[in-house]
Amino acid sequence: MIHFKVNGKDQAVDVTPDTPLLWVLRDSLGMTGTKFGCGTAQCGACCVHLEGEAVRSCVTPISRAADKSVTTIEGLSPDLSHPLQRAWLDEDVPQCGYCQSGQIMAAAVLLREKPKPTDTDIDDAMTGNICRCGTYQRIRLAIHRASEYINRGAAR
Amino acid sequence: MNQILNVSRRRFLQAGAVAGGTLMLGVYIPALARSSRFAVDEAEAAKDFSPNAFVRIGEDERVTVIVNHTEMGQGAYTTVPMLVAEDLEADWSKVGFEGAPVAPVYNHTVYGVQMTGGSSSTWSEWERLRKAGAAARMMLISAAATTWSVKPESCKAEKGFVVHAESGRRLSFGKLVDAASKLAPPQDVTLKDPKDFTIIGKPTKRLDAKEKTDGSAVFGIDVKLPGMLVATVARSPVFGGKVKSFNAEKAKAIPGVRHVVQIARGVAVVADGFWPAKLGREALEIVWDEGDLANLDSAEQGRAYAELAKGPGAVATNNGDASAALAGAFKIIEAVYDLPYLAHAAMEPINCVADVRADGCDVYTGTQFQTIDFGAAVEESGLKPEQVKVHTTLAGGGFGRRAVPDAHFVREAVQVSKAIKAPVKIIWTREDDTRGGYYRPRSYHSLRATIDTNGMPAAWHHRVVCQSFMAGTPFEGAAIKNGVDDTAVEGARDLAYAVPNLHVDWHMAPGGVPTLWWRSVGHSHNAFVVETFIDELAHAAGKDPFEYRRGLLAKHARLKGVLELVAEKSGWGSPLPAGQARGIAVHESFGSFVGHVVEVSIQKNGRPRVHRVVAAIDCGPAVNPANIHAQLEGGVAFALTSALFSEITFDKGRVKQRNFHDYPMLRMNEMPHVESHIVPSTDKMGGVGEPGIPTVAPALANALFKLTGKRLRSLPIRPGDLT
Repeated sequence: MIHFKVNGKDQAVDVTPDTPLLWVLRDSLGMTGTKFGCGTAQCGACCVHLEGEAVRSCVTPISRAADKSVTTIEGLSPDLSHPLQRAWLDEDVPQCGYCQSGQIMAAAVLLREKPKPTDTDIDDAMTGNICRCGTYQRIRLAIHRASEYINRGAAR
Repeated sequence: MNQILNVSRRRFLQAGAVAGGTLMLGVYIPALARSSRFAVDEAEAAKDFSPNAFVRIGEDERVTVIVNHTEMGQGAYTTVPMLVAEDLEADWSKVGFEGAPVAPVYNHTVYGVQMTGGSSSTWSEWERLRKAGAAARMMLISAAATTWSVKPESCKAEKGFVVHAESGRRLSFGKLVDAASKLAPPQDVTLKDPKDFTIIGKPTKRLDAKEKTDGSAVFGIDVKLPGMLVATVARSPVFGGKVKSFNAEKAKAIPGVRHVVQIARGVAVVADGFWPAKLGREALEIVWDEGDLANLDSAEQGRAYAELAKGPGAVATNNGDASAALAGAFKIIEAVYDLPYLAHAAMEPINCVADVRADGCDVYTGTQFQTIDFGAAVEESGLKPEQVKVHTTLAGGGFGRRAVPDAHFVREAVQVSKAIKAPVKIIWTREDDTRGGYYRPRSYHSLRATIDTNGMPAAWHHRVVCQSFMAGTPFEGAAIKNGVDDTAVEGARDLAYAVPNLHVDWHMAPGGVPTLWWRSVGHSHNAFVVETFIDELAHAAGKDPFEYRRGLLAKHARLKGVLELVAEKSGWGSPLPAGQARGIAVHESFGSFVGHVVEVSIQKNGRPRVHRVVAAIDCGPAVNPANIHAQLEGGVAFALTSALFSEITFDKGRVKQRNFHDYPMLRMNEMPHVESHIVPSTDKMGGVGEPGIPTVAPALANALFKLTGKRLRSLPIRPGDLT
């Protein structure tokens, strides 16, 4: 049994230690917000936070998450209230939507580290996340907008 | 096709029983395709007002539009409901969507099967769904008028209410559900005057954005059924190959592997989850009979295509006498082009869930081709049509890959589920998806043209060599006329530029590699060729590429219109920073007219850097301008990806590319700034999903020519092409 926390909740799974975190989330826990895109850490669709850091869950063995804390898209906010989610809706970002969980989770780490990211910061942080529908322009706008929401909130 | 059908839920339950159950709409609850905005209770839904197959109104005021076109990113689940809501006079904030079940009533109004493709979801429903909304509105008005004992003509509907202006009385749609459900649908309906539109034409946000922002959206790969297992399939490394023998011993030793079964296309490893299924597949030992394509080699194939192009093909267009004009020409321009096979590479790899039982079969997948998949599921399951259901989920991208005439991904899942007697989800890995075929065909083009002493084109000869993906399918008769597959020559045979002598012909290349429509289909290669070659003629004539095109489009007002708009908005002719250049291209496809101007420079590493792209479209009435802009923005990334990076090639019969490292996608740091403009138009409506693709690559190639003097004859752009 491997014990870890997902979105604040204790979980125990009986899988081989090399099983990627992605498949533990999706197949063992039934949490399908985190997506499978490439299986080789190239597309970012499977991005989740492990102890607050963005990781590619498709190449992260569950053994690495043992006794640690994982946050997925389902745990970002209970009600779409995270500044990134609000900004995503305001900019009407998604098209097919398949990559968007990973995009948002990658952007969340960026904004925590750089609350006022430049375009170059966004390029650096988001280049690991592929969107086949090509929503990059709106993702960029949404990250800037979320940054405004955060900084406006902080100024209050 | 456009008649209003009486399929009120209660009546339908009875009718379904009488009709032998082939439709059974009334008992179908597509829970997995439903918007999470409205969790619908079956008993509650039975009380709803369902005047026809496309709309349902609840006592809680919610208006659910049943959408028969698959949502794969192109916005169908928002734009299609807008059509119903407009003529229903619905309150848009109460409108939701639901994916339609598979039934003849949901067949495409023009193509006759239930499917999503050809950039047709909006224009093909323009009349039918506004009528569906109008019929519901008339029934609600009639119900209110009866309640109030006034004439229906003295009432009107507005924003979710029926109003009697004289007396100031109002009743919400929800309050009228019961009374309206007892009425017969009207035989004739009156549609709104477009000048009174309050929803159509207004930029409208996506109805599916929320569930795509919190992880709750259900794509095919997310479907869960009780007792469901997960499978991967080992398929032949060479197209057309077959299993000779296999040893499953090591695969079965992997913990979690439950079954190993041979199916028509290979060997399936079924396990408790994807991970053991993948490990199990890796442990399989299979001997393949590789078949006829075991020696397929891209370089050799290219030479064979070039050889074919030397002789005349099946004639697609023959106006005037291009051969004679070329024989006595003042100046001849010639070029050959070689454009590669392309994979669709949707972010959601292909997958399908099937649950075959003794008395029924359910299939869950993000398909673009419901009728075909349904037929395949009936055939493979051996059950009766009324025992089989296909449930359409959201699709994580389609681009044509999920509309497959042979329904192979559905057949695989049904075969496995039937064999193991349990529900199964087959997941294709990214490598399976990249190497699994059904590509945009490779094409070879031979072009010859001549210009007269004024520089104007006098003759144009275009020969296309490529495979046909229509030959051998049920659509062959419709697609192939006089020996010419229209999907091979579309965008070439109908050259818009005024050329007195035009000849276009086609050679069907030998088959074997599975090919398919790929976002913008034949236009994706033909527009590249036509729009770079006309640029070459403009250069030979010493004319500005914009002015040259403009002078040749006198008979094509809409194409000329987008050409002028895109030139104006891009600042065509105005100075650019040193080291940058602009290129332009225009094209008609899927009933719409699109122009692009691309601004590019060359980076230190020799690779092009696209800075800005300006797009203009005339698609007729713009139902949802917000979605049109989104499609144009995203289309630029999709089209630049193929121009800059994409090719599928073969060595010893095997596809060389595997995953995103060798079949790369455009990324955030490479995304140019995109501006898009919509021509206000009341002309015939066209599509928006695909028309934004064809002109991006040629506009880029034309800009690169301006910058480097090099013409691109093949794609993707390779480092040596520009130096």
